[in-house]
Amino acid sequence: MVTSEAVVPAFDLLRWIPLIPLLGSVVNIFFGQALGKKNAAVLGCAAVGASFAIALYVVMQLPPAGIFRDIIYNWIESGSFKISLSLQVDALTSVMLLIVTGIGFLIHVYSLGYMGHDEGLARFFIYLNLFIFFMLVLVMADNLLLLFVGWEGVGLCSYLLIGFWYEDPNNTIAGNKAFIVNRIGDFGFILGIFLLVTELGRQGIWTLDFAELQKHVQMLSPATIGLIALLLFIGATGKSAQIPLFVWLPDAMAGPTPVSALIHAATMVTAGVYMTARLHFLFALAPATLSLIAWIGAATAFFAATIALTQNDIKKVLAYSTVSQLGYMFLAVGVGAFSAAIFHVFTHAFFKACLFLGAGSVIHALSGEQNMRRMGGLKAHMPKTYWTYVVATLAIAGAPLTAGFFSKDLILWQAFSHGAYVLWGIGLVTAGMTAFYMFRQLFMVFHGESRADSHATAHLHESPASMTLPLIILAAGSIFTGWLGAPEYLWGSAWDHWLQPIFGAAEHHGSVSTEIIVTLLTLAVVAGGIYWAYVKYGKAGAQIAAESENLGYRLSLNKYYIDDVYDALIVRPFTAGSRFLAQIIDPWVIDGTVNGIAALARGFSWVARGLQTGNVQHYVAGVLVGTLALLAYYIGQL
Amino acid sequence: MVPLNHYLILSAIVFAIGVLGVLARRNLIVVLMSIELMLNAVNLTFIAFSRFLGSMEGQVAVFFVMAVAAAEAVIGLAIIISVFRHRQSLDPQEMQLLKW
Repeated sequence: MVTSEAVVPAFDLLRWIPLIPLLGSVVNIFFGQALGKKNAAVLGCAAVGASFAIALYVVMQLPPAGIFRDIIYNWIESGSFKISLSLQVDALTSVMLLIVTGIGFLIHVYSLGYMGHDEGLARFFIYLNLFIFFMLVLVMADNLLLLFVGWEGVGLCSYLLIGFWYEDPNNTIAGNKAFIVNRIGDFGFILGIFLLVTELGRQGIWTLDFAELQKHVQMLSPATIGLIALLLFIGATGKSAQIPLFVWLPDAMAGPTPVSALIHAATMVTAGVYMTARLHFLFALAPATLSLIAWIGAATAFFAATIALTQNDIKKVLAYSTVSQLGYMFLAVGVGAFSAAIFHVFTHAFFKACLFLGAGSVIHALSGEQNMRRMGGLKAHMPKTYWTYVVATLAIAGAPLTAGFFSKDLILWQAFSHGAYVLWGIGLVTAGMTAFYMFRQLFMVFHGESRADSHATAHLHESPASMTLPLIILAAGSIFTGWLGAPEYLWGSAWDHWLQPIFGAAEHHGSVSTEIIVTLLTLAVVAGGIYWAYVKYGKAGAQIAAESENLGYRLSLNKYYIDDVYDALIVRPFTAGSRFLAQIIDPWVIDGTVNGIAALARGFSWVARGLQTGNVQHYVAGVLVGTLALLAYYIGQL
Repeated sequence: MVPLNHYLILSAIVFAIGVLGVLARRNLIVVLMSIELMLNAVNLTFIAFSRFLGSMEGQVAVFFVMAVAAAEAVIGLAIIISVFRHRQSLDPQEMQLLKW
């Protein structure tokens, strides 16, 4: 971005990347019924596939340090304030572009199998394509306002998809929760945008373009930048499920599993990380905010991991795991390692999507069973699902040479080498817990004796190819994507090289030997976590069914009662206040005032209308009296 | 020669009778007649001033008033006949429909 200002070639192809999924969605809205659900679904997949093909072509055309821009039209023009509806692709966008369209496409294909029996299949693909459209707008926007459009759009699609099975009110409530919690974050986000615009405007710069912002943002005072960064980060805590706004993400698992994989693991929830990386020049000028981000990231990673240790729902474990991994990403952002954060976004998208789709495959096979305490022994029945799950579990746990190993290690190493030893320690412990809860899940689901009831096992089968094929591709990605970002002591990082034009050259602190020692330490902790999971859940005769009664276990199982605390401290007072306003203030004070004024007018009218008798002679008398009075007045004047 | 004041006083008395008639009588035809009375009282004033000031303008005005009064009487009587056919009554106190 810095070096490429001279040459910004226009590239009309860019607009088709988001437009094709939008078209797919619109066509299905109007003709989905007529096409039949099978064709509608295939159309949805094809739209995203085409989008992926174009994206791949564009990224291959993109020179290193290059940037493509497609200005569609001027959206807002007022004096010197100008916002165009334009898309751009640079190195950072290209990463997100490939994640969104590539993994999006795989998950679309997977949904063909997973949602195949669902009556609302066309509706599902309408939402899914719409989501891809908004997500692409988000990552391709070349100004903050357009990014915000995408930001809100994906929030809407998330809401629609969480509540996809709307017959169950719990799903609708979960959708509402996600939407409302996100609104709180978005409130901060939009305040940040307002502040940025007005403060820069006060300096004579009216713009929201990323390129322009990067040039001018240092004109602002450090305090202002800190506040703007903080407000924008509040938006990110909502979208990316960080403390204190993470509560919606576990509930969002009420949606269909492909949705959890696509929106609530691979793409949308990483939008916060993307946004901070996109505005890295702004965040880099706000060290206090950055350090807050690092702490919130580390705290989120830790707490979410402790909750994940004891969850019984197969998707809830993955949900808290996602929150935890997002915490890692913000930890990386907080220590200024934007490249590492995006790298973790990239690798996480693969292995977490793979895990969610694997979980979906299990749920599909067990006719909707989600409780891991009623699973077990599925290894023999679902070999493809099992082996891909093993690979993805190894990847997220950080086993050597898997994607998670490289990306998580990079983050931990960045934290360590920036001198944030406490944060590094938290991250290290979290890595151990990650290994524990993931292998706990693996053992509970696939190993040991089957604990499923007969209803669940009635249709026990390996999933169809449309589901296992994406799993296999994602599992491959869970290993090989990490190799792009290998540390210097192995074969060096192509990743840093690719993103270098955006984030600047990677700084190298510390020596290689320290780095290797830190890595070995991480591996030791991870191995400890895996071993502990094996002892507790994997070994023959492990007591899986029993739940511990001690305090720590119950705290973790009940998510530290955070939902109850929020309910008691925020939701209940708020609803009580709303009820007070609705039942006391509104009918009595507001309606009372309005109705009182009306009643007053009616009372006066009741008196005054006695004057209008309908008898003409009375009126004439009135005229006479008036005339005489006027006459008397003028005579008196003489 | 009869002084001006006598004409004016007569005119005022006739006008007042007309006003009273309009206000108090219970028959629309009489009310109409009372209106004619008021108009003619005004005519008398015009003529008196015209005569005493030696100007013709007052007489011109009187012709206008007479023409208008004739037209008014025609229309008024037509309405009265129509009302009577409709209601078998000419009492203005029974005609109070035009109100709230």
